[in-house]
Amino acid sequence: MQIDGRDSSRYQTFTRRTLVLGGAQAAAFVVLAGRMYYLQILKSDEYQMLAEENRINVRLLAPLRGRIVDRYGSVLASNRQNYRAVLVAEQTPNIGETLDRLSRIVAITPFDRKKIMRDIDRSPRFMPVTVAEDLTWEQFAQLNINEPDLAGVQPDVGETRYYPYAMELAHVVGYVGPVSDKEMEDADDEQPLLKLPGFRIGKSGIEKTFDQDLRGIAGATHVEVNAYGRVIRELSKDQGKPGAEIVLTLDMEIQKFACERLKEESASAVVMDIHSGDILSFVSTPAFDPNEFNMGLSQDQWKMLVDNPYKPLTNKAIAGLYPPGSTFKTMTAIAALEAGVDPNHTVGCNGKYALGNHLFHCWKKEGHGAMNMHDGLKHSCDVYFYDLAKRIGIDAIEKVAKRFGLGETYDLEIPGEKKGIVPSRDWKRATTGVSWQQGETLITGIGQGFLLTSPLQLAVMASRLANGGYAVKPRLTRAVGGQLLPKPEAPKMEVDPEHLKIVQGGMNGVSNEPGGTAYRARITEVGMELAGKTGSAQVRRISMAERDSGVRKNDTLEWRLRDHALFICFAPVAEPKYAMALVIEHGGSGSGAAAPAARDIMLEVQKRNLARPQAYVPRGDVEEA
Amino acid sequence: MLDLRRFTGREMRISDKLMEFNWGFLLLLAVISSMGFAMLYSVADGSFSPWALKQMIRFVLGAGIMVVVALIDLRLWMRISYPLYAIALVLVTAVDIVGFKGMGAQRWLNLGIIQLQPSEIMKVAILLALARYFHGLTLEEVSRVKNLIVPLLIVVVPVGLVVKQPDLGTAILLTVSGGVLFFAAGLAWRYFILGGLAVLAAIPIIWDRLHDYQRNRVFTFLDPERDPLGAGYHILQSKIALGSGGVFGKGFMAGTQAHLNFLPEKQTDFIFTMLCEELGFVGGLTLLAFYSVVLIYSFSVAVQCRNQFGRLLALGVSVSFFFYVFINSAMVMGLLPVVGVPLPLVSYGGTAMLSLMFAFGLLMSVYIHRNLEIARGNNAFW
Repeated sequence: MQIDGRDSSRYQTFTRRTLVLGGAQAAAFVVLAGRMYYLQILKSDEYQMLAEENRINVRLLAPLRGRIVDRYGSVLASNRQNYRAVLVAEQTPNIGETLDRLSRIVAITPFDRKKIMRDIDRSPRFMPVTVAEDLTWEQFAQLNINEPDLAGVQPDVGETRYYPYAMELAHVVGYVGPVSDKEMEDADDEQPLLKLPGFRIGKSGIEKTFDQDLRGIAGATHVEVNAYGRVIRELSKDQGKPGAEIVLTLDMEIQKFACERLKEESASAVVMDIHSGDILSFVSTPAFDPNEFNMGLSQDQWKMLVDNPYKPLTNKAIAGLYPPGSTFKTMTAIAALEAGVDPNHTVGCNGKYALGNHLFHCWKKEGHGAMNMHDGLKHSCDVYFYDLAKRIGIDAIEKVAKRFGLGETYDLEIPGEKKGIVPSRDWKRATTGVSWQQGETLITGIGQGFLLTSPLQLAVMASRLANGGYAVKPRLTRAVGGQLLPKPEAPKMEVDPEHLKIVQGGMNGVSNEPGGTAYRARITEVGMELAGKTGSAQVRRISMAERDSGVRKNDTLEWRLRDHALFICFAPVAEPKYAMALVIEHGGSGSGAAAPAARDIMLEVQKRNLARPQAYVPRGDVEEA
Repeated sequence: MLDLRRFTGREMRISDKLMEFNWGFLLLLAVISSMGFAMLYSVADGSFSPWALKQMIRFVLGAGIMVVVALIDLRLWMRISYPLYAIALVLVTAVDIVGFKGMGAQRWLNLGIIQLQPSEIMKVAILLALARYFHGLTLEEVSRVKNLIVPLLIVVVPVGLVVKQPDLGTAILLTVSGGVLFFAAGLAWRYFILGGLAVLAAIPIIWDRLHDYQRNRVFTFLDPERDPLGAGYHILQSKIALGSGGVFGKGFMAGTQAHLNFLPEKQTDFIFTMLCEELGFVGGLTLLAFYSVVLIYSFSVAVQCRNQFGRLLALGVSVSFFFYVFINSAMVMGLLPVVGVPLPLVSYGGTAMLSLMFAFGLLMSVYIHRNLEIARGNNAFW
């Protein structure tokens, strides 16, 4: 038996090898310490940043959208408190039961219910999900009272865009809606605001054009979150900046009046200040309720809007194109005067005008007799203008029409302007490949044929006729964010003021001389008289057979075949301030349908002018909440 | 300094042993554990429940076990080494048959009152058995092939069972600490070279037999950015937590990564990360320094011991302790793949704490009985 002492070889080997192990362990610890040094000291800044990124979540706060007001400060679009109920799933023991109880206060359809359950499934259990929106005050109060019985349901107040004059302004102010995928892509730079749930952007009208101004600057809260995204506490808050206020040129009182006057029709009207180009009223009826668009439209509501033959979704004032009809005779007259035709040049009208073997008819079958320029305008004699058109040719007419603003767009502040058509020889060859026919010159001379104009263009034309020959441009906005916008330039046009006087005189005859086509729709208030020009734009072809048996009266035709009724005018005659164009689709005749409506509106405009309230001073871009 | 006669001449009394017990060492263990208590208190957002208090109770219990184990005569430990190993082997086998799955692996044996983790017991038993075996061999005998069969079986059988559970971390620990005893017992170098080559050759086979999650851990280790939200998430978040701690840390109870749950398993496997996040480089180094003292002390115990059984046992305890510390901290620093190995004394966990204190009891027993000269004899199975 051998004693295992300190001096044995086994012990020496053990000690040696223990030393090796100890050395290895020491080396391993050095590696650990080195790694710690690397992570905690050399790379510390980087990891600190990553840790902060982990824990700090920046949550955007939607800025309050800017208001839109009319020229006198009436609010046209603002933000309304939206009372709603939100549900936090994790605080709700039985979601189905809670919804049942909630439905005693607020109607929850099976469809809503499905949507709510889906939203709950998709979001973390601590995230509030909206279960009911747009509650009435009574419902909201009931919700508050019953809160103890509704575990997990919380009353909540959000902001919704609100349009107090919904129908009257749908086509000007437009509406807001959720951001579409395409809009998200199109956003030129990084726009985190767009990704905010429930964020709405301008979809049409002023809301769309001035979206960036109205939007404001997003605020942000910095919150500390845990690994599951639950907010632990708020670290800081930046309120952001509310959107800019937009002041329109519209006068809401006139707008309301005009809308009321035209509400039964499929019509549009534009009232302009002839010097500044400010649009005082901009009507397109029927319209739609943008508030509904904001909340989301049902399939049925949408279908009704699309299928309506009166086309409530179309902004007829800028996107509705109509043959100008006899309102265009003012252009033919100017062109003739510029071509050297004497205003006293007389044409005998017997109801027909022959060109080659083709007969052109006057609207008055029995004829007007001898017509000079004044009478031709006053009676709207087609034969007289056939004659003028034939004398001067299409290109002379085209030049004048374009000078007065037809066939172009004006960069109006709302999208959707259409150019229309002012035909010429070149235009026809380029678009149809067929050369111009002289007969086409004749019908262009009375505002038919290829001609297509929008009511806005006609209003501009009327303004330029009335303001002594300044190329005024229309505008809809006076100020953005408290800054008054510069007035658009209105350069002097190449037109002889004498020529304008002659045409203005003719228009005065239309309205204020017995026998004028709009004499029955004149303004009798002294000093407020308007001068106008009627137009009835034919939308169907009248066959020879029908001419022989007598042209059918408009009121015997079905609606879509009746003539469009047009009227352009300015007032007061003595010292013009306002111009207007009004179109009633299939209204029958300019003198019967359009002129009376225009007369009423123009009278209101002038009365309103006398009782004009204090001009609205924009309050800068700071707006009270 | 030491009165050798006192221990060689006659048997030691309990009071002698209590005098010899290194209470300072126990205090050091208490200090290290306290860093764990503090972290568990912090994880619970400043509360002793559910972790810190339980862990403290376990430490006190463990300290009691340590003292009792230390007082038991080393010769008795030597005598019951094989039976203990046999019991451990039965338990490990039992886990394979009746154990239930905890954390996705089959490691726990439910004994009614306590859940036992037999692989923890095996870690100690394997050291006892190997120390016992090598004690009986001279240096020349150690390197004889026929004498290697038994110790290899002692290691391979439990490793095979543990791998099946599957508990790769423990299997590696068993293999490596067993291997270290072969080394310390004086096995010729050529065997280690051969063994190393064999392991290299076996790598493809092992790789083939790994579970998907184990393979993913290796992939993730090699490239943590591969899947930052999935498999790589743990290690990435751990590095962020560690790194963001900086020199002095974010302050006690102020670690954002840990408290906001970005850091996984922070009361168990990733507790070192949390400590480094809250107490910084300084705190982490302090813990490593304490561990170093434990290691240095246990080495000195091994070297001082006058019998081969005690030497090997003390070294075995020391080396497995080292591997725990190293594997865990290297893992949380992203130096090793994620393996479920706790940080000794600090990580929350009952069996680990108790078996570790048991092992330190053995270390202390070796220290108390360091002057015993035990005959090599050859009573291998009693």
